[in-house]
Amino acid sequence: MSNELMVQATEIHKSYGSNEVLKGITLEVKRGEVMCLIGPSGSGKSTFLRCINHLEKIDSGRLSVDGVIIGYREQHGKLYELKPSEAAKQRSGIGMVFQKFNLFPHMTALDNVISGMVRVQKIDKDVAVAEGKALLERVGLADKADHYPAHLSGGQQQRVAIARSLAMKPKLMLFDEPTSALDPELVGEVLDVMKGLAQSGMTMVVVTHEMGFAREVADSLVFMDNGVVVEAGVPAEVLGKPQHERTKSFLSKVI
Amino acid sequence: MAQSTKTSIKAVPLRHPLRWAAALYLVLVAAAFVVDASHRSAYDWKSFNKYVFDARVFKAAGVTLSLTVVSMLIAIILGITLAVMRRSPNPVFRTVAWIFIWVFRGTPVYVQLVFWGLLSTIYHSFFIGIPDIHFGHIYLGVHFPISQTASLYWLAIIGLSLNEAAYMAEIVRAGLLSVDNGQEEAAKSLGMSWWTTMRFIVIPQAMRIIIPPTGNEIVSMLKTTSLVTAVPLVTDLYARTRNISDEIYNPIPLLMVASAWYLFFSTILMFVQYFVEKRFAKGHSPLIGVQA
Repeated sequence: MSNELMVQATEIHKSYGSNEVLKGITLEVKRGEVMCLIGPSGSGKSTFLRCINHLEKIDSGRLSVDGVIIGYREQHGKLYELKPSEAAKQRSGIGMVFQKFNLFPHMTALDNVISGMVRVQKIDKDVAVAEGKALLERVGLADKADHYPAHLSGGQQQRVAIARSLAMKPKLMLFDEPTSALDPELVGEVLDVMKGLAQSGMTMVVVTHEMGFAREVADSLVFMDNGVVVEAGVPAEVLGKPQHERTKSFLSKVI
Repeated sequence: MAQSTKTSIKAVPLRHPLRWAAALYLVLVAAAFVVDASHRSAYDWKSFNKYVFDARVFKAAGVTLSLTVVSMLIAIILGITLAVMRRSPNPVFRTVAWIFIWVFRGTPVYVQLVFWGLLSTIYHSFFIGIPDIHFGHIYLGVHFPISQTASLYWLAIIGLSLNEAAYMAEIVRAGLLSVDNGQEEAAKSLGMSWWTTMRFIVIPQAMRIIIPPTGNEIVSMLKTTSLVTAVPLVTDLYARTRNISDEIYNPIPLLMVASAWYLFFSTILMFVQYFVEKRFAKGHSPLIGVQA
């Protein structure tokens, strides 16, 4: 079991009814790597991301994070479904940032950030508050601790959401189109936080349409279409010299 | 940039003569009704005054209030439980909740109250354990006799609260459905268990939707308690005032007494609801949309 690999996906298939969304995805994300997933909507990139923390169940294939199979336990060559509590424990080590932030609207920014620490890790409230404030400071929102999400801009909300995920000290962060719901002038502040996170060595898988971010920050870029990986490689090469017709036509429309 | 000069508009406001006329007319009608009622002998205001604070009425009002409060407390807790069970990933919970709601919402509360009154006729005791297996006289379980004199008060509470729980379950379910799916996903991705997610994320947000119709249900329950005579429990406000009116051969003043008390309680409940709604509006103040 290589300790080098954070995410190892082999031949992942996933269908909703008769609609096959993932048609055999094989990908590897190394520890400390930042991978961007791009592709047209409906290509399966968000679904794949959601499979990684078991928000969606895969139909076939093998998916492991940090050497541990997701959603199942393997014993004597047989797979056993995890108990909900075990699955929850697995998820708590994988951070997820959503397109629509999904902050808890009835809690202040600070309470959002510490919610996982207090309710899942059962950390002492005082300790959690101190840590939560430090995290808010890290995303540049120390002065917004007592604000409810409704009183924050989209960019601020997304930064709180990132802090909330970081509070769980995840080994892997998943971003599902984190800037797609933002006004254009607010995209930068969120990307800056993500850039800082990448520089700190966090392993990240980012579904995005921000080609500039992908080029600058990502170590690898994966282009998906219609449930398969069409092309993968170093961002500058994939973006600069796409090999496949499908990649070329997609990039010509978004860049 | 042009210098903006600010002069407020001075204009004659729109007049509404018909509104004034209608209001005046209705005030006159109401005044005529009140003046007439204060003299009309059938209302028997003397008896009204005599009985409105009568010790028996006072006590009966207390019974009605406690029936309302206790039944609603049980109904709310049971209703939340049923609604959460209906959303549970566990099919056993889902089915049990569905059947409960089906039965208790599908039959009239009056009929249910009569049934509860007949409980001791139908069942003589109830038994928790494994039936039909015993070693000599040692049974695997406990017997509870239902005595003939099972408290009518508690039978009324059971009848009212189980029926109401079915309605509360539907109200709570609507509240839970109103919470965006993304909330549950965010909680899940933090590693929260299903129950923690319900308890700290979904239910608190659903409360905002649940409270207004629940206030309505409490007021409704206050009035439904007048049906406990079906059990038959006769210590509540309505039964007691009917009882007294039999003594003085005039039902009208005591109907007025009962109405006054019902109205008094429901008015208090309206105020309570106002403050509870404010309490659960956290994060939803009118400032929504204002960007700090």
